Amino acid sequence: MDFDLTEEQESFRKVVRDFAVNEIAPHAEAWDRDHTFPVDTVRAMGDLGLFGLPFPEEYGGSSSDFTTLCLAIEEIARVDQSMAITLEAGVGLGANPIFRFGSEAQRQRWLPDLCAGRALGGFGLTEPEAGSDAGGTRTRARLDEGSGKWVIDGEKAFITNSGTAITSLVTITARTDPGREEGGKPEISTIVVPAGTPGMGVQPAYRKMGWHASDTHGLAFADCRVPSDHLLGERGRGFANFLAILDDGRVAIAALALGTIEACLEQSVAYAQHRSAFGKPIGSYQAVAFKCADLAVMADTARSLVYKAAWLKDQGRPFKKAAAMAKLHATEAAVTATREATQIFGGYGFIDETPVSRFYRDSKILEIGEGTSEVQRLVISRQLGLPV
Amino acid sequence: MNVVVCVKQIPDPADPGALEEDHTLKRDGKLILDESDSYGVEMALQLADAAGGGDVTLVSMAPNNETSGLRTALAMGAAKAVLVSDDALSGAGALDTAKVLAAAIKRVEGADLILAATESSDGYTGTVPEQIAAVLDLPSVTFAKHVEVADGTVKVQRQTESGFDECEAPLPALVSVTAGVVEPRYPSFKGIMAAKSKPVDQVTVADLGLDPSAVGWAGAGQEIVDVSPAPERQAGEVIEDEGDAHQKIVEFLDGLKVL
Ligand SMILES: Cc1cc2nc3c(=O)[nH]c(=O)nc-3n(C[C@H](O)[C@H](O)[C@H](O)COP(=O)(O)OP(=O)(O)OC[C@H]3O[C@@H](n4cnc5c(N)ncnc54)[C@H](O)[C@@H]3O)c2cc1C
Ligand SMILES: Cc1cc2nc3c(=O)[nH]c(=O)nc-3n(C[C@H](O)[C@H](O)[C@H](O)COP(=O)(O)OP(=O)(O)OC[C@H]3O[C@@H](n4cnc5c(N)ncnc54)[C@H](O)[C@@H]3O)c2cc1C
Repeated sequence: MDFDLTEEQESFRKVVRDFAVNEIAPHAEAWDRDHTFPVDTVRAMGDLGLFGLPFPEEYGGSSSDFTTLCLAIEEIARVDQSMAITLEAGVGLGANPIFRFGSEAQRQRWLPDLCAGRALGGFGLTEPEAGSDAGGTRTRARLDEGSGKWVIDGEKAFITNSGTAITSLVTITARTDPGREEGGKPEISTIVVPAGTPGMGVQPAYRKMGWHASDTHGLAFADCRVPSDHLLGERGRGFANFLAILDDGRVAIAALALGTIEACLEQSVAYAQHRSAFGKPIGSYQAVAFKCADLAVMADTARSLVYKAAWLKDQGRPFKKAAAMAKLHATEAAVTATREATQIFGGYGFIDETPVSRFYRDSKILEIGEGTSEVQRLVISRQLGLPV
Repeated sequence: MNVVVCVKQIPDPADPGALEEDHTLKRDGKLILDESDSYGVEMALQLADAAGGGDVTLVSMAPNNETSGLRTALAMGAAKAVLVSDDALSGAGALDTAKVLAAAIKRVEGADLILAATESSDGYTGTVPEQIAAVLDLPSVTFAKHVEVADGTVKVQRQTESGFDECEAPLPALVSVTAGVVEPRYPSFKGIMAAKSKPVDQVTVADLGLDPSAVGWAGAGQEIVDVSPAPERQAGEVIEDEGDAHQKIVEFLDGLKVL
């Protein structure tokens, strides 16, 4: 039994922490306020190698394990969820599908820029009428025999990293079964749509409760044509593909939640020691001290679940249930932790200058994206053999 | 071009640890790369790059065969390191350190330029680099805020109180750089993994051809008799405004001779 990270992982964690503290933290409040997507900072994260961490060096990656990626996301999330989700989605939803399901030619074509952080990719699964029920995809892609192109029509909703100045592609799921509409399961496939392809409309950014510096758009497809070799993986395997992608993503989102909980713990303890009320530090009142104790428990339980799930994946063992449990627990704990930290900070906790107020707004989405808490419970229940 | 960088490995300033019985700093924990030296490392990497190639070699003297700080600089991109570690060095002073580092630098073949920081973050006597240059009989330029190498000459903008001097020295030479000469890069994960297998030549005082009985406490010619904490800052003077506060403040500043 061994709970230690490797020396290299510890060194790298320290580098990412320094980067986050020096290059991200001083600007996070302004980016949040102005809804700025900081392209230069994202590219600096690319220079650090963050976007290519788990991919082989031949595509410009670093051949790290998955745990190391989780550490990087965790460290960035300690100061800013928007940049942490930009990284998480860039790797997990942008590059990972290309790496996992792409042909050698597709990997060579798209991965080097994504790994270097020169470009970002998005993954378009959710639709206005199909979120948790992603199998209910309505977007259609028809192979036009004459031109040999896929013709895409439909709509996607809430797609992260889909409209930045450096977005290079969005991988979408679409029904490719126009002939078999009656009965049977729909045939869903994954297709890569390069940014700027005519017929793909990037809608204005959403006005969101949090993640203000993260890029999210709806996408509208109308007679959008891409070459037939943009099909990613086998035709009809789209549903299985995205389920696999989401298993990885859930652990990464849980790592993001963990970073937030750790930041709440650290900042709350410091504040409880220095802020006085009724002549004593507020940390001398059990009501406040016990909240801090609870935060410490949340951080440790979340960490155990996240690292365990990441470790299982790195060992090549089944980790579907572990991923769902880590995501469910860590994200719900993050919402609780940010609420409690805001309470400890009192009125200042409601003011934008205090990071925990941003963390509080940012955290709610964690219980929704990449599978809601209800969907995680569904996954866990099914793993328990229950017929839900 | 081959560049040698002196890098000091120091206790983490965030967790400096206690003093030994002989009043020296305990250096038994993990030591880190002195941030002051990260500028020299970055400068060396950029100069080697600009010259179209060459090795950056680190030279360090530290107790207990400590390599943690060296690994950080190797992860940034340095090729190899020479580490001098020897119990005989306990109590070494700045001159001893310079002699040891000079001997270590001589082991590096074909060094065109030697970089160091203007002063370390823990000892900060700011004297080691010039002493190394003196021992090696090399020209030295201090306080560099900009460094360029061309045609066998190093050109330096030397920080002064009012601006900077422009200096030149023929290579090989020693230059001590200020913080801010360049922006040090963050080591990447690939760099950290690669650093694991980069060579660190670990040598003793005897390996360097120096006499172990003439360095350390023996060679320092100094003894630390006492250490006491710096006095606490006194509470400031509070001036209540009774209409004449501005006058009192002016008088106060006048007394400090800052007006
Ligand atoms: C900021 C942001 C970024 C996002 N980024 C992306 C992205 O990059 N790519 C992408 O494809 N999507 C993205 N999403 C979409 C996100 O994954 C979906 O919003 C999420 O999966 C939920 O889908 P939905 O919104 O359609 O909710 P619905 O599926 O309509 O769910 C509504 C409610 O019903 C519950 N519910 C639904 N079905 C069941 C059930 N069977 N049992 C119990 N409860 C159920 C849900 O848990 C939820 O509480 C993003 C969303 C946001 C807000
Ligand atoms: C009482 C005492 C006991 C000590 N005991 C030991 C000991 O047991 N073992 C031990 O190894 N050291 C020991 N040292 C530390 C060592 O002697 C110092 O490196 C030396 O005094 C340099 O002083 P400084 O930090 O003021 O250098 P400065 O002149 O301020 O340093 C300027 C630059 O020179 C270079 N430089 C300085 N020191 C080193 C170094 N050690 N390695 C590489 N580059 C360097 C760096 O680039 C540095 O930024 C001891 C020091 C003292 C005062």
